[in-house]
Amino acid sequence: MIKKRKKVDYRVFIDIYFIITSLLFLIPFLIVVSASFTGEKELVTKGFSVIPSKIDFTAYKYAFSNSQEIIRAYIVTITQAFVGTFISVLVMALCAYPLSRKDFAYRKVISFLVFFTMLFNGGLVPTYLLNYKYLHLGNTMWIYILPTMCNAFHIIILRTFFQGLPISLVESAKIDGASELRIFFKLILPLSKPVLATVSLLTLLAKWNDWYTSLIYITDDKLYTLQFLLKRILNEAEFLRQMATEAPPGIDLTAIQNAPAESLKFAMCIIAAGPMLLIFPFFQKHFAKGMTVGAVKG
Amino acid sequence: MSDDITKKDKNMKMGNKRRSKRKFKNNMELLVLTLPAVIFYLIFMYTPMFGLVIAFKDYKAPKGILGSAWCGLKNFEFFFGSQDAFRISRNTVGFALLFIAINLITGIVVALLLYEVKSQRALKFYQTTMLLPRFLSWVIVGFITYTLLSPSMGILNKIIELFGGEGVDWYTQIKAWPFILVITNTWKVLGLNCIMYYAALMGVDKALYEAASIDGANRFKQILHVSLPSVKPLAIVLTLLAFGNIFRGDFGLFYIIPRDIGLLYPVTDVIDTYVYRGLRTGSLSTTAAVGLFQSIVGFVMIMSMNAIVRKVEPDSALY
Repeated sequence: MIKKRKKVDYRVFIDIYFIITSLLFLIPFLIVVSASFTGEKELVTKGFSVIPSKIDFTAYKYAFSNSQEIIRAYIVTITQAFVGTFISVLVMALCAYPLSRKDFAYRKVISFLVFFTMLFNGGLVPTYLLNYKYLHLGNTMWIYILPTMCNAFHIIILRTFFQGLPISLVESAKIDGASELRIFFKLILPLSKPVLATVSLLTLLAKWNDWYTSLIYITDDKLYTLQFLLKRILNEAEFLRQMATEAPPGIDLTAIQNAPAESLKFAMCIIAAGPMLLIFPFFQKHFAKGMTVGAVKG
Repeated sequence: MSDDITKKDKNMKMGNKRRSKRKFKNNMELLVLTLPAVIFYLIFMYTPMFGLVIAFKDYKAPKGILGSAWCGLKNFEFFFGSQDAFRISRNTVGFALLFIAINLITGIVVALLLYEVKSQRALKFYQTTMLLPRFLSWVIVGFITYTLLSPSMGILNKIIELFGGEGVDWYTQIKAWPFILVITNTWKVLGLNCIMYYAALMGVDKALYEAASIDGANRFKQILHVSLPSVKPLAIVLTLLAFGNIFRGDFGLFYIIPRDIGLLYPVTDVIDTYVYRGLRTGSLSTTAAVGLFQSIVGFVMIMSMNAIVRKVEPDSALY
């Protein structure tokens, strides 16, 4: 009896601990959400709060009525994220499959070529010179896709999964006269959906959240990603004023002069992070699994 | 006699050639599959390594990399002679060591606590909230820290004022920044870290706990003798990888969160932010020298850490 009560006690403390921790993780985010729904005047005079006293959509109305810049950034982000992820995962899987085959004679050489880059790299300056000066990838969409196409860590995750597939399948397909390419697309890929999902999600997330590439290589504001646009307005009141002056004629001028500079920043935050936050919690299982495989089998 | 040898040699060479030809033929299809990735690595990863020669040159843009004059170790001397060398090395390594220790301890402790939670729904909720920052870019985390630290509107100052204190301009307080950066980084990475350790704990055979409990081990002893040994391999690998990156700072964290404020450089400037500014100001040769220094130290670190692990725990070594 006593023992039972004691057991209940320490579980309660653990739950209390986790409820507090969860709040520490949620509240900062709620502040951003709340700021985006707060009227500009209230935000400037009263500061940030967890729950807005009155819900106000002005900032969102602004964001969407002056949306050219935002829509363009959205298109750039979506294009580079999805096309980039598709190409990346395809190329990495194509490489990981032969590396998983023990009978592949050049396995050691190519493994070394791939995994050595985890230990040593040229660093920012030579990479920048190559991409910008010699390959002329700056201010093009290719800069988002090509230089980050393969990630050795993800190749390890894929290779480890392929190694777990029964080799007898491959052998019998070969006896039937199937080519390696056919085996890869018709046999290996359909069996590897879980790991392809994991690696695709990891790649997609990294590409969606990419602001660094724009920072280094993009000066043309038509090719900014959402996150970089957001980074720029973190400090720039000018940008917002410019946005206000570009307002379409339907909006009256008094509202433009009182552009909701602060709350607009946070509305843009939600607009940029929203899609990933809505999608990703459903896939968190894949994340943990993929990272663990990569870390342990590295 | 000599004729004989050459003949034999020739035969052997022919044999080798034929064998390697056959080897090539048998493996050609698989080799073709790896080709896109191999070309990618040769162009985008290995070419820049040769580009590192500009660290030993006085790079002038119009002359290009090959045309610029050699200058020996001058770029390195310039960097190591400056005050920056010590400052950015100390910041980079100091933060990296703090992060290694904190991530190791918080990751394992929180995973052990998660293991005690029995309600599936609560477990899911806790994991999701802790993982939330992983899905946010540093830019958005930067907005969040701004809402907390902003001098006039920030939550932190509001709380201080609520208790009768005076608001602080956090973006000028050098001493506060090591704490701010450590807390922000922990907030961002804790979720994934503890879920990885949690996954390792889930892999433990439940019978081990039962056996320990029959042997009279209480919960604490079970953790000490069953749980901890089972997460040890993962802990070693993660720590090893982190040590390999000890000379690398997370650019997003150190660039975005302190908002690139020069006043804070003494505690927030790391090698990666320094290299970025070098690229922007156009001192490419010196900056490439710093980058090369960083890569070499990183390489030596990971090789030696791996050698140590291979001696102590051969199964956990990376290669």
